Amino acid sequence: MPRPHYVAAIDQGTTSSRCILFDEGGNIVSVAQREHRQIFPKPGWVEHDAEEIWQNVRGVMSEAVTGAGIEDGQVAALGITNQRETTVLWDRATGRPVCPAVVWQDTRTDALTKALAEHESLFREKAGLPLTTYFSGPKIRWLLDAYGLRERAERGEVLFGTMDSWLLWNLTGRHVTDVTNASRTTLMNIHTLAWDDELLDAVGVPRAMLPEIRPSAEVYGHTAEGVPVASALGDQQAALFGQTCFEPGETKSTYGSGSFLVMNTGHEPVASKHGLLTTVGYQIGDGPATYALEGAIAVAGSLVQWLRDNMGLISSAAEIETLAKTVDDNGGCYFVPAFSGLFAPHWRSDARGVIAGLTGFVTKGHVARAVLEATAWQTREVVDAMNADSGLDLTTLRADGGMTANNLLMQTLSDVLAVPVIRPMVSETTALGAAYAAGLATGYWPDLDSLRANWHKAAEWQPAIDEAAREHEYRNWKKAVARTLDWVEQ
Amino acid sequence: MGETIQSVERAAAILRLLASGPRQLGVAELARGLGLPKGTLHGILRTLVHVGFVEQDPATGKYRLGATLLHLGSSYLDVNELRTRSINWADALAGRSRESAWIGTLHEGHVLVIHHVFRPDDSMQTLQVGTYLPTHASALGKVLLAHDPYAEPAEPPLRPHTKHTIIDPGALEEELDRVRTRGWAAEMEELVDGEVAIAAPIKDRRGVVVGAIGIRGAVERLATDGALHMEYVSYVRDAARAITRDLAR
Repeated sequence: MPRPHYVAAIDQGTTSSRCILFDEGGNIVSVAQREHRQIFPKPGWVEHDAEEIWQNVRGVMSEAVTGAGIEDGQVAALGITNQRETTVLWDRATGRPVCPAVVWQDTRTDALTKALAEHESLFREKAGLPLTTYFSGPKIRWLLDAYGLRERAERGEVLFGTMDSWLLWNLTGRHVTDVTNASRTTLMNIHTLAWDDELLDAVGVPRAMLPEIRPSAEVYGHTAEGVPVASALGDQQAALFGQTCFEPGETKSTYGSGSFLVMNTGHEPVASKHGLLTTVGYQIGDGPATYALEGAIAVAGSLVQWLRDNMGLISSAAEIETLAKTVDDNGGCYFVPAFSGLFAPHWRSDARGVIAGLTGFVTKGHVARAVLEATAWQTREVVDAMNADSGLDLTTLRADGGMTANNLLMQTLSDVLAVPVIRPMVSETTALGAAYAAGLATGYWPDLDSLRANWHKAAEWQPAIDEAAREHEYRNWKKAVARTLDWVEQ
Repeated sequence: MGETIQSVERAAAILRLLASGPRQLGVAELARGLGLPKGTLHGILRTLVHVGFVEQDPATGKYRLGATLLHLGSSYLDVNELRTRSINWADALAGRSRESAWIGTLHEGHVLVIHHVFRPDDSMQTLQVGTYLPTHASALGKVLLAHDPYAEPAEPPLRPHTKHTIIDPGALEEELDRVRTRGWAAEMEELVDGEVAIAAPIKDRRGVVVGAIGIRGAVERLATDGALHMEYVSYVRDAARAITRDLAR
């Protein structure tokens, strides 16, 4: 009898690297995880050691294989999903990083991105991105200037890559990146899916240091053990793929510290008029790219942590549900967590957080309700923007991430969105998406339909409030949002 | 007011005094504070140290509140915490068994369903979180009853749900003994005709049973010849052990 084969996914995240093995049914067979250091040299700066991350990735790969009690030969394909935008520069000759990796959260490029404001419409139109500190292009520019690397970069001696690219370099020896990661640099034209000279000039990044842009799923090369390395996707795009959102309008939402909504918009990029960003969802082999609209909620689960750590109202994040259920409704209380301004779709950096509607009646239970409702209403605002931009109507929301364990939040989401909310069976959708893409590229899975057949509902919540109640609450939420504005005097 | 036990009252007074400030107190200070002879205090303090409510500083010999006492109020495991810690394992259980997975805890003499994973066949199913199951007629309930630290017997009369429901208190006691001995419970068409269920205990770091996890499905799938397929039992027990290991971390 032939030995069973599995697909491995490396999930190179912001705080840890994991390797998860999946079987043909998409079930988890084994998991290995290692955390890496978060380096904070100055306020607002966040760095990683790319060399440490590579060593961790090697470690978890072998642990996951050992943990499953199998041999390398039983791994049919290896896929990669990664924290997006984090920027690594390394020496082509030695293969060693030449400076710390600058993490997506790092805000050192704040002044630089403000200086690029004259090009704002260029970035919007060609790269599909707003000018914020997250994206890689300005981070590269900053590092070239700060470490005096420009000339070596122009000669192609110093190379750039996002984490996918850094891992692919180490695994296969090739300097390549996938199109979803490239779409987060501000340097790729989302219409042509190629590096764009006008964008490169605007940011000041030499072309010679950039990796070759490849599809998200194809065999890039083989590991030393002979395993084909066959996919790379940014983490949110991988979750979209893992949730099998293959049709236009299909949308996933991942609830972690923040929350990311990504909607499949088909084969044409949709320019957002409502503050969302346009990104590549995935590209399988020689097929056309599938585009997506993305909306980020900065504060979701982190508001629950704030209630735990800063207010001490609960002792674990899960207890928010217990506390919220001590009351039947929000008691008239609304919490807008604009801790560092309002993000999509408002983009108001002058806003700050507000708890509105306080009366002597309001208890900590009501505040807990308002905290959960804040995540639901922020989701509603992003969904409304997506519907308006795409001309598609959300029919169900596929939710994943840690907060999906909160039944009250899931019910509230369904209530405010007026659509069913579904939690899929495998909550590790990010790693699953990378595994799916790698398995498709190597023929482990024959087609998208076979992946869809693996997708199962673990739970479903139906709307349980009427339209009048929904509109009444939405109106109050909007009033609370209005009260966050004009707080920071700029 | 009925009769009270003097030594318990004195123990409470000692704890109250130790809790009244951040300092440590010696026997002499406690004796002064409570107006009691040192000899009386020694015995009570030794007992309180023994149960972990009070600790004695090895350097100074003075007394302070013990860690056990400080955790007493927070040792109860929140059901939402239990769901959060179990969710990946419950998904895996449903995935492997191809049946619906359930987690329950005891709540006022019933099983409260705190987590429910749909059977992975995309048929129409409704989330049952928040509903109640009878303890004597469900696999989850039998596991929880068998390990109930308060050992409250299920109160007769035991209501029959099907003709297989155990309604004789003596027979139920024997069944619970069996559950304790083999470490899992079966429910053979005792709640719903045509449905069987399997459950195993989830324990916290102290070994106390805080919940039960199991699967439920059609008798023709889980017990083709009238006997349960043991592979399903092993899936359930694996999941219970995995969650128990997680809770111990």
